[in-house]
Amino acid sequence: MKFFTAILLTALLSFAFGLFSIIPWWSCALCSLLVALSVHQKPSKAFLSGFLALFLLWGIMALIIDFRNEHILATKIAGVLPLGGSAYVVILVTAIVGGLVAGLAALTGSYLRKK
Amino acid sequence: MKIVPAIISATLTTALIITLNTQLPVGGSKTPRLGYFLSPQKGFWKNAEPTDISFDEDIKLHGLKAGAEVYFDDRLVPHVYAENDYDAYFIQGYLHAKFRLWQMEFETYVAAGRLSEIVGDSRLNTDKYFRRLGMVYAAENSLKAAEANADTKNALDAYTAGVNNYINNLNENDIPLEYKLLDYKPEAWTNLKTALFLKFMSFDLSGQGDADLGMTNTKNFFGWDTYKKLFPAVADSLDPIIPKGTVFEKAGTTVSTPKNIDSLYLNNTNDVIAAIPPIIPDKDNGSNNWAVAGSKTKSGKPILCNDPHLGLNLPSLWFEMQITTPTYSVYGASFPGTPAIPIGFNDSCAWGETNAGRDVKDFYEIKFKDSTMQEYWFNNAWIKTQFRREVIKVKGKPDDVEMLAMTIFGPVMYDKKFQSNNKDGKYYAVRWTAHDASNELLTFYKLNRSKNYLDYVEAISTFECPGQNFVFACNNGDIAIRQQGKFPAKWKRQGDFVMPGTDSSYMWQGFIDIKENPQMSNPARGFVSSANQMPVDSTYPYYLGRNGNFPLYRGIEINKRLSSMNNITPTDMEELQIDNYNVFAATAKPVLLKYIDENKLNDKEKKYLNIFKSWNLRADINEQGSTIFKILWDSVYAEVYADDYSKAKQPMYWPEHSTLLEALLRDSNYVFADNILTTDKVETMHDVVLTALQKATKTFADLEKNNKLAWGKYKDTRVNHLLKLPALSRLHLPIGGGENIINATKSEHGPSWRMVVQLTDKVEAYAVYPGGQSGNPGSKYYDTFIDTWAAGKYYTLLFLKKQEARHNNRIKWHITFING
Repeated sequence: MKFFTAILLTALLSFAFGLFSIIPWWSCALCSLLVALSVHQKPSKAFLSGFLALFLLWGIMALIIDFRNEHILATKIAGVLPLGGSAYVVILVTAIVGGLVAGLAALTGSYLRKK
Repeated sequence: MKIVPAIISATLTTALIITLNTQLPVGGSKTPRLGYFLSPQKGFWKNAEPTDISFDEDIKLHGLKAGAEVYFDDRLVPHVYAENDYDAYFIQGYLHAKFRLWQMEFETYVAAGRLSEIVGDSRLNTDKYFRRLGMVYAAENSLKAAEANADTKNALDAYTAGVNNYINNLNENDIPLEYKLLDYKPEAWTNLKTALFLKFMSFDLSGQGDADLGMTNTKNFFGWDTYKKLFPAVADSLDPIIPKGTVFEKAGTTVSTPKNIDSLYLNNTNDVIAAIPPIIPDKDNGSNNWAVAGSKTKSGKPILCNDPHLGLNLPSLWFEMQITTPTYSVYGASFPGTPAIPIGFNDSCAWGETNAGRDVKDFYEIKFKDSTMQEYWFNNAWIKTQFRREVIKVKGKPDDVEMLAMTIFGPVMYDKKFQSNNKDGKYYAVRWTAHDASNELLTFYKLNRSKNYLDYVEAISTFECPGQNFVFACNNGDIAIRQQGKFPAKWKRQGDFVMPGTDSSYMWQGFIDIKENPQMSNPARGFVSSANQMPVDSTYPYYLGRNGNFPLYRGIEINKRLSSMNNITPTDMEELQIDNYNVFAATAKPVLLKYIDENKLNDKEKKYLNIFKSWNLRADINEQGSTIFKILWDSVYAEVYADDYSKAKQPMYWPEHSTLLEALLRDSNYVFADNILTTDKVETMHDVVLTALQKATKTFADLEKNNKLAWGKYKDTRVNHLLKLPALSRLHLPIGGGENIINATKSEHGPSWRMVVQLTDKVEAYAVYPGGQSGNPGSKYYDTFIDTWAAGKYYTLLFLKKQEARHNNRIKWHITFING
């Protein structure tokens, strides 16, 4: 239960912070850290919930945007970065990057609380 | 707390965030900040526009006087209905920013020599070049002139307010993609930025003068007599804008040639100039325009056509729109960055421009007292140098401060601090008409409102730089063309080379009265046209500059075709604009064949020669003959001249291709045919063409093997994103045409806007440009028109009255702007 609460809280908080243009993109790490500090879990679980929260948040958002955009921009960005010209790879990379940052932040939070 | 794992984990997290929040160097450029860039709420995903986006909106803008309605048609062309001029330009600024903010700002960064601010010191040399050319100085001067006029001041202020309104209301998460890629932010727009944009056009379209340095080397290397043979003053086949035989009045401004011109200038071959501009505008920056009178059209009304040939870029230089107020209504191609419509039409008239190509940029060698450049020698005295401080901000590095030495001629562009290969310690100042205060915007402002020929003449009379051929047609039947600009009255060969700057004898002595500019209205032949050729024949009383500045062939073909056409419809005119007949090749083909002895060819050579022989002289995409001609001709050209230039150490220019062709038409014993590197033999054109064909055959075979012998594949036209990122560009476009062809589409350069306007009572207009209305690579409307353009098709333009716009079935969206 804690696991899903952490995921949900992290994702929601990160989303809410992200709405403000003045708050930087890495605020999701702070949110994840905060949640890990308040919802105590084992380090591995904390990492996983942080990771999944942002993996899902960024991944799903990117997926929806990409669908509504008919892959126009993601395909181009896949050429710029370069990621082989596949929109889905860009979505996956987006999700993983978000997941890693939040996962590591959650891990830190968990260690900080751990007795 | 588990201290060690906590510290490790915290360090890792921080390191990852810092890495993802830093621009990482990759292969000479830098990545975006990846965490930011990939964030769906901040980064590029925000620019991925839903394909079913609606542009319907009610927008409150602070500063609007009355308000405006904007209707967008299905191609996202805005039709602006404003209550007054101020609001019209306010909305134009707002819309330009809404759809093209990054590009318009980026172009002014280039013009102002500020690229280093964005990308770091890799572009410092380009920035220095523009600073030293005096671009900012020129823009400041022109801005003073534009702001001294109430109408253009009003337009500029309104436009700037509109752009800034958009920027100020723009959520930082929604800034255009390129800002996110390069990691910077939009700054406030200013009237100076508009002036800078227009100066960039002056730079791009008056690049002829940049060749003066390399031409001086060329003359000095060969000597004056040989130079004259390589660069003859006139072309035999010239068909000028104003037909041959026109009688010109005596020069109103007389100029006297300096007495020492032989010793000090033409035959002074001691100088070696190592300085060469880091950027030279494309030599083919030119255009076609023409107007046919009602006597030659099916409708009995004039038709006007224009296609400006410029670098093909995304986002496009042009943004299509209609602007209507209670006093006038105009439609056409606008410049994001500038108010008004430079090429277009209104209820009664249409107009368009091609480049005049006159040399209005000259270089003078300055003698400074010492390397501090504090004083220079002029008219037997030491004159104090004025300095202009140019601070170039460099991303991640200290500022680069240039003290620009200003002389009586203009800024010193080249000295030992600029151009590392310029070690001769010499100083070259530039005199350029774009430095003089002038108000080009006023011309567009007035043209947009012109109702007849007199309005047109009045509108263009203040246009100074870059000189343009303004074509005009009116629904009362008038057609006209006029080469307009501020042109120095020059003695023959003045400014073809670097000139002595130690006294006033080589300075420009005056300007040609605009009444003497080449012009023509309602000629008996029923049409006027221009295609960047020399505007007049040699009976014109002023020197026009190097013959090589004026391409010959498109003009010849256009005039020939228009002469023979009657009952012309807009469709006929579209077909002419996209015509791929190569008149240069038509002239050169029999000449080349004359010199080929087929008995000396092997089977392979014969095979390709046969393709060439049976070629229909058209540069259509599937024509292999067109590719073979181009490569064979270039091979002949190289074979003729390469030996002559083989010992040249400095940057130099080679003759015009037309010079070689005309020489071969005139005389089969062309003096440069002999290879001077072979002392045992005197080569003739037969030898040259044979060797050239043998060498070219290897290229033909390679191309054929790679399936690239067809002209479209070989030429490989593309429309590049301004940052040259292939993924944001459109590559491998199936389109014919090329140099010397009416459809002047080269690989990265060509018709940037094609327009045909028939001035019937209800104006009929057709146009297309290689781009799309949105500058956002994430928008469906980013490159919408490119395929249509490549296919040679046109859109029927909607030119609507306000009450029609509301109900037109091609209108898709509507924005109401109110003051708030």
